[in-house]
Amino acid sequence: MRGKVIKYGDNVSTDAIIAGKYTKTLKVQDLADHAMEDLDPDFHEKVKTRRIIAAGTYFGCGSSREQAPTALKAAGIECILAKEFARIFYRNAINVGLCVAQCDTSRIGEEDEIEFSPGDRCVKNHTTKEEIPVAKMPEIMVDILAAGGVVPYYRSRQE
Amino acid sequence: MGMGKTFAEKILSRKAGREVRAGDIVVVSPDYCISHENSASICTTFSSLTDRVWDPSKIVITLDHTVPAPAPEYANGHAVIRRFAKEQGLCHFYDLNCHGGICHQIICQEGYSAPGRLIVGADSHTCTAGALGAFATGIGRSEMASVWACGEIWLKVPETIRVYVTGRLKPGVCAKDFILYLAGLLGAGGAGYKCLEFDGPGIGRMTVADRMTLCNMGIEMDAKAAVCRPDEKTEKYLQEAGASDYTAIWADEDAVYKRTLEIDLADIVPAVAKPSRVDNYAPAREVQGEEIDQAFIGACTNGRIEDLRAAAAVLAGRQVAVRTIIMPASCKVLEQALAEGLIQTFVAAGCTVMPPGCGPCVGASGGVLGDGECCISTSNRNFVGRMGSRRSRVYLASPITVAASALEGEISCWESEEQNGTEDF
Repeated sequence: MRGKVIKYGDNVSTDAIIAGKYTKTLKVQDLADHAMEDLDPDFHEKVKTRRIIAAGTYFGCGSSREQAPTALKAAGIECILAKEFARIFYRNAINVGLCVAQCDTSRIGEEDEIEFSPGDRCVKNHTTKEEIPVAKMPEIMVDILAAGGVVPYYRSRQE
Repeated sequence: MGMGKTFAEKILSRKAGREVRAGDIVVVSPDYCISHENSASICTTFSSLTDRVWDPSKIVITLDHTVPAPAPEYANGHAVIRRFAKEQGLCHFYDLNCHGGICHQIICQEGYSAPGRLIVGADSHTCTAGALGAFATGIGRSEMASVWACGEIWLKVPETIRVYVTGRLKPGVCAKDFILYLAGLLGAGGAGYKCLEFDGPGIGRMTVADRMTLCNMGIEMDAKAAVCRPDEKTEKYLQEAGASDYTAIWADEDAVYKRTLEIDLADIVPAVAKPSRVDNYAPAREVQGEEIDQAFIGACTNGRIEDLRAAAAVLAGRQVAVRTIIMPASCKVLEQALAEGLIQTFVAAGCTVMPPGCGPCVGASGGVLGDGECCISTSNRNFVGRMGSRRSRVYLASPITVAASALEGEISCWESEEQNGTEDF
């Protein structure tokens, strides 16, 4: 995938991604509507033209709510790059089929043009003409992501 | 260099049926699965996978996040779970008429967690159960649906940070102060993908309740699991909880650790985590006088009988200056608090006593904060918007510091010679 970047800092919590008060819904669109609202009121405007998040350390910290990656994916985010992810968020993102990759995002700026697909060893920054190496993901995670998440992965194993 | 194994390596080797080390991937079957209101969503996903759970005796569900239901959507979610539990013949469903409480309290109190057991929970604070020597870790809801279906989960064997604790807490200092200090020291992501192993005479002196407070906040440093070495206190607790048929496991003497920390409890002082990060540590003295609008005593961090006793000792015969919410972690804790006269003490002091549950900690029911308000809380998270308005602020502290602050309407340290934290001797 190729697209432009929305840049965030360190320690973006799952409470900031989707507040606890909105987690009761089973409707994915409701989650998308409230994504990032405490952190970035302009998120929905940005996501119209930018589909990749580049963040700092400890992205997705806090609550294990899977609605966090679900909300971002439903809002239109296709890929999240971060220096470090909180463990449960990372696992949840893959389980809902949202592409995540750990890499040094300090060389990625707001609105940079990025290219990355699951399995790539590097993130290409077309704006700075740089290639940024990506941390290796356990094979089982690559398989789950390729299947589109843990549910389709489980179904494919049943067959 | 040692050749021994950490707790995480040993338990996951046993569960996987082969010798594994940190970094290896294992596929294992949990002894118990925990979930709460999010079970409604798990049920829906589960139903798209298969029609029978792998083992109805291994699934524990409590209603705790939004009880009693504060809005129809929540009531509808509860109904979905109730129906599912009945259809599947789940043996351990804690509905509101079943003497339940917060899932992390129930999993310990009712004998599900025990040394050497593997527990997965669809809640980040699942690590609390490590206080009894289990390997307990949080996962997401889709993954829980797949575990319900197939009884298996893949896990990467984590590296371990050993926290060796010596000494004794000073009067008025609690296990919470210690874990806030550790969060400040390691940083919010400081134990990322790792297991925190608590050991040493300082841990041995702590109650099981205190150990639950420590392990509960393991996730605030992003630990995959947190565990305390089981001992005779663990055995006694488990006997009362009715747990049997478990085999304890602990790290080898020559285990290989990523890092080892040594902390003397005598160095710990009453502390807070300032808004809006859990690792924003400060001695309580430094923020003394900060005005508050609400005090909250409860949550899976500090809603146990020992915590309520410590708070009641501070509040007895006095009046709170701001609204103060008390929420026992379970029906059993509430019963004990009633029997000991603690509830009467709280009500007489002007507190609002709420039924067992998560309450305002997750910002979804009773006691949320308005714009510009400040709360001091015994809970475990103070992220922006966590307890209500995005313009509210939360300080985290021990039950003693929260109670002392409630009396003054501003952050205060409790000074008393006879106060001994929640440590027992």
